[in-house]
This record gives sequence, C-alpha cells and structure tokens, in this order.
Amino acid sequence: MSETLNGKGLALVPKTDAKQTLKDFKSDQEVRWCPGCGDYAILAAVQSFLPELGLRRENIVFVSGIGCSSRFPYYLDTYGFHSIHGRAPAIATGLASSRPDLSVWVITGDGDALSIGGNHLIHALRRNVNLNILLFNNRIYGLTKGQYSPTSEIGKITKSTPMGSLDKPFNPISLALGAEASFVARTIDSDRKHLQSVLREATAHRGTSLVEIYQNCNIFNDNAFEQLKDPEIRDDITLRLEHGQPIASASKAVVRAANGGLDVVPLAEAGDRVLVHDAHNPDPSVAFALSRLDEPAFEHVPIGIFRQVERPAYDTLMAEQLEEAVAQKGPGDLSDLLMGGDTWRIG
Amino acid sequence: MTKQVQQLERVVIRFAGDSGDGMQLTGDRFTAGTAEFGNDLSTLPNFPAEIRAPAGTLPGVSSFQLHFADHDILTPGDAPNVLVAMNPAALKANLGDLPKGADIIANTDEFTKRNLQKVGYDANPLEDDSLREWRVHAVPLTSLTVTALEGFDLSKKDAERSKNMFALGLLSWLYHRPTEHTISFLEQKFAKKPEIAKANIAAFQAGWNYGETTESFSVSYEVKPAQLAPGVYRNISGNQALAYGLIAASVQSKLPLFLGSYPITPASDILHELSRHKRFGIRTFQAEDEIAGVGAALGAAFGGALGVTTTSGPGVALKAETIGLAVMTELPLILVDVQRAGPSTGMPTKTEQTDLLMAMFGRNGESPVPIVAPSTPSDCFDAAIEAARIAVKYRTPVYLLSDGYLANGSEPWRLPEVSDLPDISTEFAVKTDEEFHPYVRDPETLSRPWAIPGTAGLEHRIGGIEKANGSGNISYDPNNHDLMVRLRQSKIDGIDVPDLEVDDPEGDARVLVLGWGSTYGPIAAAVRRIRKSGGKVAQAHLRHLNPLPANTGEVLKSYDKVLLPEINLGQLALLLRAKFLVDIISYNRVRGLPFKAEELAGVIQDVIDSE
Repeated sequence: MSETLNGKGLALVPKTDAKQTLKDFKSDQEVRWCPGCGDYAILAAVQSFLPELGLRRENIVFVSGIGCSSRFPYYLDTYGFHSIHGRAPAIATGLASSRPDLSVWVITGDGDALSIGGNHLIHALRRNVNLNILLFNNRIYGLTKGQYSPTSEIGKITKSTPMGSLDKPFNPISLALGAEASFVARTIDSDRKHLQSVLREATAHRGTSLVEIYQNCNIFNDNAFEQLKDPEIRDDITLRLEHGQPIASASKAVVRAANGGLDVVPLAEAGDRVLVHDAHNPDPSVAFALSRLDEPAFEHVPIGIFRQVERPAYDTLMAEQLEEAVAQKGPGDLSDLLMGGDTWRIG
Repeated sequence: MTKQVQQLERVVIRFAGDSGDGMQLTGDRFTAGTAEFGNDLSTLPNFPAEIRAPAGTLPGVSSFQLHFADHDILTPGDAPNVLVAMNPAALKANLGDLPKGADIIANTDEFTKRNLQKVGYDANPLEDDSLREWRVHAVPLTSLTVTALEGFDLSKKDAERSKNMFALGLLSWLYHRPTEHTISFLEQKFAKKPEIAKANIAAFQAGWNYGETTESFSVSYEVKPAQLAPGVYRNISGNQALAYGLIAASVQSKLPLFLGSYPITPASDILHELSRHKRFGIRTFQAEDEIAGVGAALGAAFGGALGVTTTSGPGVALKAETIGLAVMTELPLILVDVQRAGPSTGMPTKTEQTDLLMAMFGRNGESPVPIVAPSTPSDCFDAAIEAARIAVKYRTPVYLLSDGYLANGSEPWRLPEVSDLPDISTEFAVKTDEEFHPYVRDPETLSRPWAIPGTAGLEHRIGGIEKANGSGNISYDPNNHDLMVRLRQSKIDGIDVPDLEVDDPEGDARVLVLGWGSTYGPIAAAVRRIRKSGGKVAQAHLRHLNPLPANTGEVLKSYDKVLLPEINLGQLALLLRAKFLVDIISYNRVRGLPFKAEELAGVIQDVIDSE
C-alpha cells in the first residue's frame, strides 16, 4: 500500500491472495464509446490499477449515473449499478453506509455530477461517505450530442447556445473544497501514471475522495485540454501538486501574493518564495486558492492532490451509533418493543 | 355536596385551543388515561401546518378529538358531546361541529375584548345568550391555574402555561379517568425541571378538585370499560404502528433495515420513531432531498438491506424516477406514502386518498408497482409487514399507502404474539456450477435472484437500461423489450393476494359498500347503523389495490349496486370500472377530513332506497 495520511481506505474490504491481472477486471461486454474517446484511457488505467489493490473482486462496486462516462460499470467485471441521471452519489451513499466491507466507486461526468446531481455530490462530500468519486470532466454534454455543460467556458457555442453560453462555469475542485471534501484531486486521462498515482491515494483515503479527471471528448469538444497534452507547452502549464514539494512547472512557480492570495511568477524570480504544498493542511483556504489558478484561460493548471485530510467516514459514525445503542440498551427485542408502551390487559 | 353520577355508553370530547396551548398533549394524556381505564377509543388530532400561527386567530386553532366507549367503536366520532374551548378562536372554529345540547367548557379568561375582536365577535358569546342552545360552563381556567400555583417559584407566564393541565384535571374528574399515569408522565417529562413538574401536577390536581367542588358541574359521568377481545393492549397511532411494522419486517425477514428519508408532514414521525431504534441494527439516513432518500434506500437494497423510504405525495412526485429504476432493476424496496391533501403543497396536515393513481401509474413506461393500503391506525403494523413480504418475495418496490388520518389518529391495539408473525425471509443468490445470470426468473414468482455484492462468482451489472431476459445484458431488441414489459407486468399481476372478504351477515344484501384505506372505520360504523335500523348492506374493504384480489370482479358483480366512498374524485372507481365494467356508484368528498359515519349512513340508505 502507498504511504498516505490515513491508509485505512480499504481496511474493511476483504483481500484476496489470488494473483489478479487486468484481465480479471474486464467484463465480457463490448465497449461502446466513440473511437478516440478519453474514456478508453481511463478505463484501461482503472482496469490495470485494480489488481494492485488486491481486493476480492466481489467486494468492489461501481455505481454510475447517466452520460457517456456512466457506461463505465458495464465494462468492469465487478458488481455494478448503472443508475439514473445525477443520482449515483445518493445510491452509492446507501450502499456504502450500510456495507463498509465494500469498495464503492462512483463514475460520473460534469453534467451528471454538477448539473442534475449537484445536490447529491455536495452532500456526499460533506458527509464523507466512503466513496471514490471519479468525475470525468470533458466540459460538454456528449450523450445528448453536444450541448454546453456546467463546466463549459462562458461563450461556448453549441447546439443549444448558438450565440454562446451565458453562465459562469463551476470549478469542480473549488466546489468540492467548498463542500467540505476531505480528499480532492485532479488528474488527466492521457497521463496514466499520474492518474493511477492519484487513484492509489484516493483508494487509501477513508471517506469521500473526489478525483476530477480531465477527459477529452473528441467528437463534441475536442482538444479541450490540449495545453496540458502538447509536449511543447505542457510542462510550463502544469503545476504539479505533491505534498511537501514546491509547487512549480518547468518555468513557473506559485508564491504567496501580497493580497493574501497566490500568484504565479517566473520560476527564476521566485527564489525561496516558492510555496511548498501541504495537502494535509486542515485549513482549506490555500487549496482553494490553488484551485483558482487555472482561471481564466488555462495559463497554468494545478494537477494532483489539492487536499487530503483525515475526518471520520460517515459509515463509521453510523455504525458506531448502532453499536453504542446496543451497548447502552442491549440488542433489540421485538416483543419488548411492542410491549414497551403503556399497556393493559383484558381478560 | 354529593354529585350525581350518570352512566354513558360513549362520549366524544374535543379539546381546542391555540396551537401553543398544548392541546395535543392534553388530548394525548386524556387518551392514555382512557386507554388505561379500558374503554375502546379512537382519536383524531387536527392541527394547522403553522407551528405557531398568530396567537388567538382562527388559523392558529389546534384541536384533538377523542371518542371513547363501553363497546368497540370504529371512528373518532362524528360530532363532539363536549368542546373544551381555550379561547374565542377555538369556540368559533369548532362551534359549527357541535350539536345543540352539547357541553362547552370555555376559558373565560381568554374571552377578552381584544381576543373576541380578533375572530370577529362583536359581543362576548358567553354573555349574550347566543349559546343558549348549548350547555355552557364558563370557567376562568387561566386565573384558577395561576391562583393554584401561587406558592410556586414561577413567573405568571409560566404558571399560565399549566392551564392545559388544569383543564385535563377537570375533564379527568368529569369522566372519572385515572390520574396516576398523568402524574408519573409529568414527573418524567419534566424530570430535569422538578419545579415545572410539580406545578403541572398541582395544576392538574387543582382542576380535578375544582370539578369536585364547583357548582358549575353538578353531574359527572362514567363510561364503563369495553368488553374487547382478551389480550394485551396499548394505544397506538398509525405512524408509530407503521414504524413498528417496519421493524418487525426487518426482524421477520432477517434483513437489516435502511431508511432513507427527507422530513415531510405527515410522514416525519416514522423517521423519528425508527431513528430511536438503532439497537435493532436500523440505519436511518436523513437525506438531502426526497430523491436521495429513495436513492440511498435502493442502494442499500442492492447491498442486501430492507430498503425503505417514507414520504408524502409531494415527495412521491420527486421519487418517481428512482422508483422506475427499482422496477427495472427488480430490487425489493418499500415506499411509504402518507397521503395528504394536494395538489402541490395542498393542506399538509389534512388527510386525503388522492395518491392512488399516482402510485399506480406515476412513472414513465410500463412500470407496475404493487400497492398495499392499511385500514386503521393499528393495521399499519400488519400492512407494513405485508408490503415487505411482497417486496422481498417478488423483488419489487411496493407502495404502502397510508394517510394523514391514519398517521395521527390512534386506537387501542391488541398486541400480536411475535411468534405468530409471518416468516418473510428470503435467500440471497449463491454461486452454483452454472453460469450466473441476474435476470433468470423463478418460474413460480417470476422474481429474479437477489445477488448482493460480496458474493464471489456473481459479479454482475444492473441498471435502468432494458435488459435481455436471463442474461441481464443491455438489449435494444424489440421482441425482448416486449417480453420484458410483459414479464414485469405478469410478475406483479401474479402476486399472491388473499381473496376479498365480504361482510354480509345474512347473505341477502343487494347493495355492497366497498372501500379502501382509512375509510374503513367510518364505512363500518355507517354499515352498523344501517343494519341496526333494519337495513341490509354488505361491506368489503380492499387492502391490496395492485394486484387486486382474484375474486374482486366476482364480488362486485354479485351485488345489484356497489357504492364506493373515497376521499378523492373517484380514483379506485376509475380503476374498477375499467377493469371489471361495473357501474360503481361513487361518493366523493375531498375536504381534508375523514368521512362521518352519519354522513355515509345517509348515502348508503339513499342507495338502498333507490333499489
């Protein structure tokens, strides 16, 4: 297991001694995403990562909502529940809070998680239900054929916005931090190594881990994250977040600004002012400031784990209350319950 | 002075006051004393949705009606024999329900000029002879209470608050109710504030003593205990019985209960009650909204729990899509709808039977869901177990259609022996030599295997997209879809439901009164009246509304006339007419209130007379 702040994420999930490979996690279903879709890379990354966990396959559940990404569970040979639009966090909350022996994953997209399901997402995060939420963000509606999404940039020209979209997009990282999330990270479909390193930490985290995955929709919003993939510029734009390490790209560094926020300055000018990343900081304000650095034009984009703090998971707290009730009054007895009020006897 | 004691067979009392006056508590305590004494009883609380409407106004009036008798009774009573009016608003709001000659006990202290004006009285009705056709007992309840509590270290305002206990004491004297339980109840309720406990007890006793000494009451009344079937009884409301039924269903199915719920009137008390019983392994989840409530319950059901969601009509509207998903994924789920007056927010604290068609059809696609409806407050216990039985056996969501009248009303409940409760347990799927297919069906029930995560070798995916029968793989095949639509329908149509029983003592009635849900009490009471006066009428009550009992059509067709009273505009009548081509006579009133026995007796008599 990886070294993490709290390595208990999977402590209650039964392990297997059997050797697992990527093949064990492939279902017999034909994958039906558009050729070239970023989802293929994410699926392959997840399938090749799961054997590393050494969990019993039957104790893994993937729950999804509606959208292209939500077909994901069909392609994994674990338990899976392809549900309805936006509701995956709610369904997964019921499952995870009553079954701590399961590794429960939520697969969702920007429309599913942030439009129709926004309420469930923020409440799952604040409750800290033991879930790994993978939010595939392609900044467009794919399955309904190309309308703008709640992460599309202002002025987006789409079928439903021929003169440009009007609404300010959500920043999923900022939103998650504002919703009291205990684990928030961002990665990208094309960087399998980084994606898997984030999954490693996310699964080790007990509570809700939210992983935003920049995912390319090559049909309706191609090259949305091209700056982060173009070998010419990507190392300058990408600000790697690693706990305990200075936050910098090949040419830029993050420093504290005079106004109390953060600034990005040329690396050469930063000197010893470069901010050292503290993902475990109980105060989320620096993580929030980091989440704003990609505004407005993707000039520099933090990638990695923004926040990773320990907080009791919802299912643990729920189970503790049940145990406490039994400890205080003994296990429930139906006959005693029925006879428990003011009773009287006739005859 | 020796006071006269008069024997009565039954009494209907209504306590009415401001919503801050503690009328519900007063009614509850009087009910507890009455239950302890051994009368049969039935209660009807009636309160505004506002927690504290402006004091002294008509919208702020809260009331509690109790019917108790020396024989078995079926309703909370059509009209009060006694009205306790704590202020002019309470008098004005309730006088219309009060038959001439009934007693009015009015708190004169509150009949001030200002309070009278608030509700449009130009003159004090206690003084202007306008109430001459009733028997008015003008009692300064507030000042008597304050005087009685002079020795206590209480502000005048705190002392005044105990006036409801003074009234309870007076009524307890008037009807010879036992006092011990109320005293120990007050000691427990205010255990942390002994001064308040003592003051309330003193007010209660002062009320009793006042009755004994005042000339305002020359007669007291006795209602002998009722001869009910032997057994152990307790008084129970519909919501509490329903919660207990769900706990029993969890025990009898050996499945952990998971409740996903969002607070809504009048269903919240089920959430409250279940939250108190964690030692039964019950998980209660107060969700962020109605959708998450049912979603979490369905997720827990996927994991092998007895998933339940509780709500009222507006919540059902929000849950519809998830219920469709439960139909598609064929997982057990219990949907409790405590119906209230609609549409939209409607009248949240008032009762109605208007969600039947929503429960039947309120989803996209062909999406059949079984429906069970309890008939009395205590029947909510058995109906909950029955709903769970169907859900678990047939792997389907099941509606349990209660309503506000059942939820808040109460009656004595003869406690069942736990050993007599049905075993509703089921088997989860296990790995066999054959390849596992999640949509292979049991040939008898057509239900599919319940294969829960954690079971090796049964890894599978389910979801809202149409499945191939058997394999459960995504399928857009036209013939498969047609087959699956019919299979889902056949599964629900084939649920084992007991036959409809008809109560027709001599077997020669030509008119049948049919009902469903909470109208049982008023219909049965009306039928008694008809028979008492020599009329002939048969009665049948539907507990299963989907599927209907197999003999329903036969029963309907064996009577010349079928009368169906419903607190809606004829929803069940619509279904029965369509299915059986029977010319049902509907009787519909949608006033947010239960039917009155007298009203229904008149309707039945009219139908008989038109023969």
